[in-house]
Amino acid sequence: MPAGPYDVAVVGAGVVGAAVARELSRYELRLAILEAADDVGTGTSKANTAIWHTGFDADPGSLEAALLRRSHPLLERYAHEAGIPIEKTGALVVAWDDDQLARLSDIEERARANGYLRTRRLSPDEVARREPHLGPGVRGAVEVPDEGIVCPFTTPLAFATEAIANGASLFLRAPVTAARREGGFHVLGTPRGELAAAWVVNAAGLRADEVDRLFGHETFTIRPRRGELVVFDKLARRLLSHVILPVPNERTKGVLVAPTVFGNVLLGPTAEDVEDKTATATTAPGIARLLEAGRRILPALLREEITATYAGLRAATEVRDYRIDVYPEERYACVAGIRSTGLSASMGIAEHVRELLVDAGLTLRAKASARPVRMPPIGESARRPYEDEAAIAADPDHGRIVCHCERVSRAEILAACRGPIPARSLDGLRRRTRALLGRCQGFSCADEVTRLLADATGVPPAVLVGLAEPPRPGPLGGSA
Amino acid sequence: MRRRSVDVLVVGAGPSGLAAAAAARRIGAGEVLVVERDREPGGVPRHTHHTGFGLRDLRRLLSGPRYARAWLARAERAGAEVLTETSATGWCGPTSIRVTRPDGLWEIEAGAVVLAQGCRERPRPARLVPGDRPAGVFTTGSLQRAVFLAGLPVGRRAVIVGAEHVSFSALLTLRHAGARAVAIVTEHERDQTVLALRLATAARMRVPILTRARVSRIVGSRRVEAVEVADLDGGEPTTIPCDSVIFTGDWIPDHELARLGGLTIDPGTRGPRIDDAGRTSRPGVFAVGNLVHAAEAADVASRCASAAASAVRRYLAGEGWPSPVPVQVEPPLRWISPNAISPGASGVPHGTFLLRAERFAGPGTLEVRQGERRLREVRIGRLVPNRSLRLADDWIRTTDPDAGPVLVRFRAS
Repeated sequence: MPAGPYDVAVVGAGVVGAAVARELSRYELRLAILEAADDVGTGTSKANTAIWHTGFDADPGSLEAALLRRSHPLLERYAHEAGIPIEKTGALVVAWDDDQLARLSDIEERARANGYLRTRRLSPDEVARREPHLGPGVRGAVEVPDEGIVCPFTTPLAFATEAIANGASLFLRAPVTAARREGGFHVLGTPRGELAAAWVVNAAGLRADEVDRLFGHETFTIRPRRGELVVFDKLARRLLSHVILPVPNERTKGVLVAPTVFGNVLLGPTAEDVEDKTATATTAPGIARLLEAGRRILPALLREEITATYAGLRAATEVRDYRIDVYPEERYACVAGIRSTGLSASMGIAEHVRELLVDAGLTLRAKASARPVRMPPIGESARRPYEDEAAIAADPDHGRIVCHCERVSRAEILAACRGPIPARSLDGLRRRTRALLGRCQGFSCADEVTRLLADATGVPPAVLVGLAEPPRPGPLGGSA
Repeated sequence: MRRRSVDVLVVGAGPSGLAAAAAARRIGAGEVLVVERDREPGGVPRHTHHTGFGLRDLRRLLSGPRYARAWLARAERAGAEVLTETSATGWCGPTSIRVTRPDGLWEIEAGAVVLAQGCRERPRPARLVPGDRPAGVFTTGSLQRAVFLAGLPVGRRAVIVGAEHVSFSALLTLRHAGARAVAIVTEHERDQTVLALRLATAARMRVPILTRARVSRIVGSRRVEAVEVADLDGGEPTTIPCDSVIFTGDWIPDHELARLGGLTIDPGTRGPRIDDAGRTSRPGVFAVGNLVHAAEAADVASRCASAAASAVRRYLAGEGWPSPVPVQVEPPLRWISPNAISPGASGVPHGTFLLRAERFAGPGTLEVRQGERRLREVRIGRLVPNRSLRLADDWIRTTDPDAGPVLVRFRAS
């Protein structure tokens, strides 16, 4: 017997799938979320530039442009309600030569075409006053005051947590590998057994094309585009206050420098087409290219220590736009090709998908009380527990800093091991608390953090450190 | 936020911090408080279980944890107070530190602050080693803490990156944990430890030392499966199957608090610039130990720290804060510590400056100059990277406080 039946199954708990699930969870629906990985937000969602885009530079007339624009204020409001780290830093599109200077007008025009009217031209002097550490040779810039940065880890977790609070079932380690129709339902096959749902939303990210084919479609292919990134030490944070964007040309979008919500500075990304959907290794040439670009943009950055390097894959397709299609007869929606702007556009995409589903015949009745969530304050713009007298008074474990570089308290780590979507891995703990993400990379705390996680979750240490396989998860009908 | 005033606040309860605290108490510097962020005092030796500690300062040969306990006992016997689980998170004033503790937030106002936070090894990302990002990547510090403090599994086959003293310490830790080191990889043309240590470890355990080599890629999905090792002289890269990689040495001081406080940082050591008595650029703030020479053996670090105590006491008694001349080095020298000399200085701790080189060189001469004036010239056998060379301080009385920086350079002969 398949689990369910559910009214809607969302395939994929990246930021897009989680946003769609959250949106639908506000209505009277039986809702399931199927995720291939062992956590929410582990694919493209966790390894990107974490920029909160306005969409000023999207292709005018594209669905991407429309949904970025729609999403921007939604995400701002939601982030403040839910405690997702977000900062409206503003961005400067900086021109470094005549050719780029000439292109600034195109950028302004494109912003206007996208309905974004708040750009402003800055002279080299104004740029220097705003960003005194930029390298020599700045010819001018376009300021985009509403661009910002947002936490790529907390955002999908908040969406999924709210969906669960509203009654959705989340199934992890449940990749969808088969699909058939039976008695008016889709029956989705996973290694954990089958699940039946009336409607399916495919938000499988890098695997969206494979899932699409399970439904008999052959319309697009995901071509992963790898982006490598370098994260610099927090001591570099004072070197800039805006997101510094490059002027794109026909060949490349270029390399940006941005603050992060954890108080670091990020440099990247590269853009390289790869075949393998798991090719998230960093490369020597990729990192070297980034450092070369960074040396020009912000020379002092290169004197600081590097805290992390990573690579993510963008889910690009044959076309330069999102591919969001609903097939009413099939009761199937495909939300694919979200490329590199999914974090920013997620809430706009979710509303758009909900509207398409209603148009296609899904009946929605709003819940009397949809529950808001409040995520732990892990961003630098909020008061962190280690500096919060009341939090420490309420729980002295907030005064016990375990991860010193990121100032993560013992209480925060223990809290992340509980709750509706508990951390079950060191990576999961990193994304929920910042523990181990700092400059020492565990020199001073990996032992204690691992021990705390093992003791609090019951996951054996050998599993946490990858020396033993985790036990097979139970069937879908059972617990998540 | 609650407040507390002390005469001397020491940040960090490793050997240097405890030694500085003990010495400050003994010579009557008043109330001395040591704050330590870890759960136990003792610093790095606490999780370095092999022997070899204490010879130069305590005149005995001890294991790391016993050595750490011995220093704690000394500091406490001298009357210093040691608070653990107490993290210094920032400055509230020139000599005032904000801390987080389980009992709340405190501002600790001190007559003098002694920074003694030590150092850490550069982790894999800071060394720009590309590839996958699986579990099983350690530093010696995280390895030793995993083995000795948490009893965590560390794998069966490890590759050690680095061939300096601490790399061989990692080797001993692996053996204790039942893991085998399959290779030691160093970019230099030789290891950088002493013969006795190498013979007692790598040679006895038959671990090959791959010189002029670099780990160029890490491979593995959940756990490390192999490393690719590049030959720096152009040979074919080789792949070594393993389940752990230990990045050793390549030290960087834990200088965050110093930098947040705006202290002048020495470009060589990357710790606070200090003069002959451990004075930083800010009146009332001293820095000692591996924060200012990363990394020396614990007993060297503690001896230098003890020496700063008398300057702390003199400052508390009203002595002024001098303007020193900087002491600089040029390649192939990487750093010198102390790296400034205050007017009227008669010597540095134990009569020697510590010098580090970035590569093997020698024989040759070390030349100390101030402007056109040559202050000293010493013949030396060789420079070994990652190992300190000592330079006698017998020339420092001849420095001129108004003649600009002192330069120490190496000339091959």
